[in-house]
Amino acid sequence: MTPPPLPAHTPAAPPATAPVLPPAVQPTTAMLSLVANLPERKIHVLADAAKYDASCSSSGAQRRDSRNGTGIGGTSGAGICHSYAPDGRCISLLKVLLTNWCVYDCLYCVNRESSNVERARFSVDELVGLTLDFYRRNLIEGLFLSSGIVRNPDYTMEQIIEVARQLREVHDFRGYIHLKTVPDASDDLIARAGRYADRLSINIELPTADALARLAPEKNSVGIYRSMARIRSQLDMSRAEHAPQPARSMPQAPARRVRPPRFAPAGQTTQMVVGADASDDAAILQASSTLYSDYRMKRVYYSAFSPIPDASAALPLQAAPLLREHRLYQADWLLRFYGFARHEIIGSSGMLALHMDPKLAWALANPQHFPLDLNRAPKAMLLRVPGLGVKAVQRLLGARRGRALHLADLGQLAVPLAKVLPFVLLQDHRPGLQAMQRLLQPPTPDAARQRDLFDAV
Amino acid sequence: MTHAINALTAQLASPTDWAGFRSLARHLVAHAVPPQQVQWRVAGAAQDGLFDSATVLCASQLPAAPALGLPPGFAKVAASVALHDDAARFDRLYRWVWQLVADPALWQDTLWPERVQLERMAQAVRREIHKMHAFVRFTPVLDAGGQAGDIRHVAWFEPAHHVVAAAAPLFRGRFANLRWAILTPRCCVSWDGAQLQLSAGADPALRPPADAGQALWLAYYSATFNPARLNLAMLQKEMPQRYWPNLPEAQLIAPLAAAAAQRTHGMLAAAPSQRQRRAGRPAQPLSAAVPGPAGPPDRG
Repeated sequence: MTPPPLPAHTPAAPPATAPVLPPAVQPTTAMLSLVANLPERKIHVLADAAKYDASCSSSGAQRRDSRNGTGIGGTSGAGICHSYAPDGRCISLLKVLLTNWCVYDCLYCVNRESSNVERARFSVDELVGLTLDFYRRNLIEGLFLSSGIVRNPDYTMEQIIEVARQLREVHDFRGYIHLKTVPDASDDLIARAGRYADRLSINIELPTADALARLAPEKNSVGIYRSMARIRSQLDMSRAEHAPQPARSMPQAPARRVRPPRFAPAGQTTQMVVGADASDDAAILQASSTLYSDYRMKRVYYSAFSPIPDASAALPLQAAPLLREHRLYQADWLLRFYGFARHEIIGSSGMLALHMDPKLAWALANPQHFPLDLNRAPKAMLLRVPGLGVKAVQRLLGARRGRALHLADLGQLAVPLAKVLPFVLLQDHRPGLQAMQRLLQPPTPDAARQRDLFDAV
Repeated sequence: MTHAINALTAQLASPTDWAGFRSLARHLVAHAVPPQQVQWRVAGAAQDGLFDSATVLCASQLPAAPALGLPPGFAKVAASVALHDDAARFDRLYRWVWQLVADPALWQDTLWPERVQLERMAQAVRREIHKMHAFVRFTPVLDAGGQAGDIRHVAWFEPAHHVVAAAAPLFRGRFANLRWAILTPRCCVSWDGAQLQLSAGADPALRPPADAGQALWLAYYSATFNPARLNLAMLQKEMPQRYWPNLPEAQLIAPLAAAAAQRTHGMLAAAPSQRQRRAGRPAQPLSAAVPGPAGPPDRG
């Protein structure tokens, strides 16, 4: 097992430039590890099959560790990204499928029944061993487990739960577990999954019921929303059970009952594929606002449809622009944290502009609000200035309590001045209208693409 | 250096001696010693030139002095700044203490340039603690002469600030039932199941060599990458190159990135597939000896 497995799968990886690991000089792993015989190929197939799920977050769990336990692991609130792939995405969890065999034929999915992709399946023991091995090496925060549908939804869900159960009950594993729930799995299986998992998710997949019916014939949006509603009601019940109770001092009272384990303390999330069907951004944001309000999602992930190996003829082969996904996240942020209403950031075209972020687009379309006096404007308006984020606004508010703000103060903030200055008024800074108009020129697409995910909001 | 006018040297017991700094600073303020008359140093650290100031103060020799009543927010930030790599951090901290004692209201100004700088330094330290939690890579090694069970998980890491002790509690919590050691050039920390032990910095020769188990991680890393979304700028922002020598997966970045365009192009150019078989039932688990039967899944 000496050279790193540049998998067969990477045809153009030039062996000449791939550095080779030093020879394995320590024969200890075979003794140690439950995974010594696990072929890299299997990991490769089942991680490759899972990578189209955007979520890798390990946040939101209750803090815990292993000091009073017999096993391993802990969680730390915000989560930790242990590595980054060359696509810039965080690697926090071991994100794999239990199997990529699937009886469903969702056309956008690399694992659909009619795909010719290579198939594999982990045994429960293998996956438990692999999770523990990666965890001990400090490579991951935990496991994100999903699966193709084998036999039927309940059988598949039981297999997924069994991995989590063994990790928790046999190995006292206290790291993070995110389980994907299978649409149409029965109620009590969802309840059991939530006892072992920190987070549950079920993917809405597509923004409209029509698109889902067309591209994922075995799934239906009613069933998916029903599963989400069941998860939400379990979350609500569990929250009520675990609400802090007033202290009682009644010597005769019976001892309080032991509370059941908290149901999925990190809540539920979902994912929508963008660009595989004709839904516009307005429809997508409409769907996600329902998901946030009615189903109490912690996050709605957007995943730009990206070309998959062995694609179906019914799909656009072309990738959706990643910039569209980026703009949707920015819009999502503006709706949830910046006090914007949907109709303000999405025009009659139904699409967000690609060449500028939605906040800048709103500001340019509403010049009557600008330039804004940074010394007087209320917080809600400061949050609407292009280039000012929540932290910058807090600093401005803190500073102006004691004194007047000047141009030099903006230099103390890590904000893009070229973007902010046309919109703000300071004692020593009065921009003309043309400053704002200059921003109407679209930047080069490359510059926009390189911008980091949330810095523009 | 203007040693001639430095009447005092304040000496800290270690590079992270925040308690010592606080006690010395209280004492110096109580005696109205301005910052320009104090030179701060860490015991045992290499100094630029001979020590010629008349008096060396150590926290351990001083009686307790009254607290300074500085804003609580300041102490929290300053305790992080004390771990910064900046050689002049204690001089800076004392200058800030001096200014705030004279005018505590300065701290209310969230855009006071000194406060902004202090918070940037604290932020760099907190980020390094976080990155250490993320990027430490343990390798299981057999203790010399030990039995099969005498496994210790050892890591080599090179932090940019003095964060080893501050980062250790998270590892103790997660790996409370393992024996482990993190070796760094600045300072080492180990856990034997009962006690955290800090010790002097280690030689890079003690870095544990790669083991066979790494291959699984490398397989995972290359498979979880989506070649249609190559974004090295984001990778480098979150995982800067200075960490790469101690991250086994970093050796895959260049070859994966180089092959990405061609793989994506291959997927786009491929004719859409026709349904060829029904999966129906799951196959038997792949046996260890048999490589995948179907060839590269994203072949063109």
